[in-house]
Amino acid sequence: MSATAMGPGIGVPRTRASARPSFVGPLFAGACATSAWLGLGVLIVLLVGVLWQGAGWLSWSFLTNYDSRHPAEAGLLAGLWGSLWLVVLATLFAVPVGVGAGIFLEEYEKKGWLRTLIEINLSNLAGVPSIVYGILGMAVFVKMFGALQGRPKVLEIGLRSAHLDIPLPFGRTVLSGGLTLALLILPIVIVVTREALRAVPSSLRQASYALGATHWQTIRHQLLPAATPGIITGVILSVSRAIGETAPLLMVGAAVYLANSPGGIETPVDLVKHPGGVLEAPFDSFTALPVLIFNWISRPEKEYRHVAAAAILVLLGLLQVFNIAASVIRARFQRQARW
Amino acid sequence: MLNGLSTIVRDRAAAQAALQPDLKASTKPKLEAHNLSFYYGATQALFDVTLSIPERSVTALIGPSGCGKSTFLRTLNRMNDIIEGTRVTGKVMLEGVDIYEPGIDVVALRKRVGMVFQKSTPFPKSVFENVAYGPRVAGHRGSKALAELVEACLRRAALWDEVKDRLGDSALELSGGQQQRLCIARALATNPDVLLMDEPASALDPASTAHVEDLIFELKQNYTIVIVTHNMQQAARVSDRTAFFNHGHLIEVDATPKIFTRPGQKQTEDYVTGRFG
Repeated sequence: MSATAMGPGIGVPRTRASARPSFVGPLFAGACATSAWLGLGVLIVLLVGVLWQGAGWLSWSFLTNYDSRHPAEAGLLAGLWGSLWLVVLATLFAVPVGVGAGIFLEEYEKKGWLRTLIEINLSNLAGVPSIVYGILGMAVFVKMFGALQGRPKVLEIGLRSAHLDIPLPFGRTVLSGGLTLALLILPIVIVVTREALRAVPSSLRQASYALGATHWQTIRHQLLPAATPGIITGVILSVSRAIGETAPLLMVGAAVYLANSPGGIETPVDLVKHPGGVLEAPFDSFTALPVLIFNWISRPEKEYRHVAAAAILVLLGLLQVFNIAASVIRARFQRQARW
Repeated sequence: MLNGLSTIVRDRAAAQAALQPDLKASTKPKLEAHNLSFYYGATQALFDVTLSIPERSVTALIGPSGCGKSTFLRTLNRMNDIIEGTRVTGKVMLEGVDIYEPGIDVVALRKRVGMVFQKSTPFPKSVFENVAYGPRVAGHRGSKALAELVEACLRRAALWDEVKDRLGDSALELSGGQQQRLCIARALATNPDVLLMDEPASALDPASTAHVEDLIFELKQNYTIVIVTHNMQQAARVSDRTAFFNHGHLIEVDATPKIFTRPGQKQTEDYVTGRFG
């Protein structure tokens, strides 16, 4: 605004003052709209490109075949099961630890240097590039710091109907990959848990205390049930991040070419038919969807581009399933919670 | 204003005399605060409050917003403990035992001193489970005894007839007034002898308010009730004694008719006649 308009301030015509916002407002709205359409546009270009290249290559046999030296016969069965096992194991480890840590930080350690220390570490961890998690996973899980170098051990655990052989160090197994991904999503799970707990209305907490409930009972019967949908939504979203990770899996030794599924389980029916395979799977070698895609794209034969595109479609489809599940859970949660 | 209130007081006194001719306001103290001061961090919210609350009576705490009446109420069952950085000096005696003494079981204290909040806060559970929550967390087992207890509490809260066919429904589906009576029933289920009520009717419509006030009137036969209210008429209608707080100080406490007709302090008179606050 010019000095004269600011001037004595009394006789400033209103039109002068309002002329500016009326021009800035629409400009700002336009800029925001452009940003939104830019994001959508990039996604559409990407999707159309992938569809163009890959749609014709999607077939049932693509889902049920292993990788092959002939592009027409290549399939992603090993990657599909590999990704599934990785995600299941990562969730199994990350959820109890992450939710536990979230409860601790939000409910028990309310102040003090320990909480500050953990919080700083968590935000650092959340910002660490995933390849660094891969290096960490290799050192800790695959090699166990080389402590057992040259004399690997097998930990044998006899169960009633099955036998569990745990190799030490874990080596390039599904377990190493799953634990590495668990570390990767752990900070997200912790943050999500804390936010879900903080979103529980304090009136609920007070009402519980006022009825003579202990802190533990309040957490168990009020806070956790109310926070669970939020936690589940966050876990699903963090899992959809984990399922697309490539770099850390390459570091912990995902195979680029593999013609068997972890534990020999190739169809959902096998889970029931060969329950022993479920116990073997975590200690089997593995590959994953993004690793297969990375490998196919780097091959010289042109046809593999199409194979990779088809695999990207499958991966995007899986992600979409996760995202829809997350929003369904969130919607149900919002319907139920009317405090 | 003063005239209107004194009419209420007289009507109420007459009604009480007709209902319970033998019931005189007890003088035996149930709760006593001695030189109670309370701090939120560096801010002092209560200054040297000394107040005695007689057994089986209704004591109303009145005063302008931020005067410390809710804070005082919450010191009586140590609900302020869950707020970080708060501090208490002085004593609160419950039947002669200081509840701020080290070694006091706060969980047990809160079962004896129940609380009802301004906003009805039913748990997102069934009607039954809401009332059963207190007994359950206290380790109450056995479904038949529990069902009887829940029914008894709902009856005492004058809610049974309205909800007996929908005990399994979500408590969130009840109306606002029903939810607040459910919260009262829930508070009764831990078998308290003191009930603290923090503006229990301020979010309710007039009909529901009347319902809750009738209920308070009933309950004082068995419970010692302390109620915070912004509503002068309500204080005049339901309470036996009224304490007036201002700026964290207890200005005056006396029999309700006296506070509303011949208050001893100018401040009190200004407040009850609506000249400030």
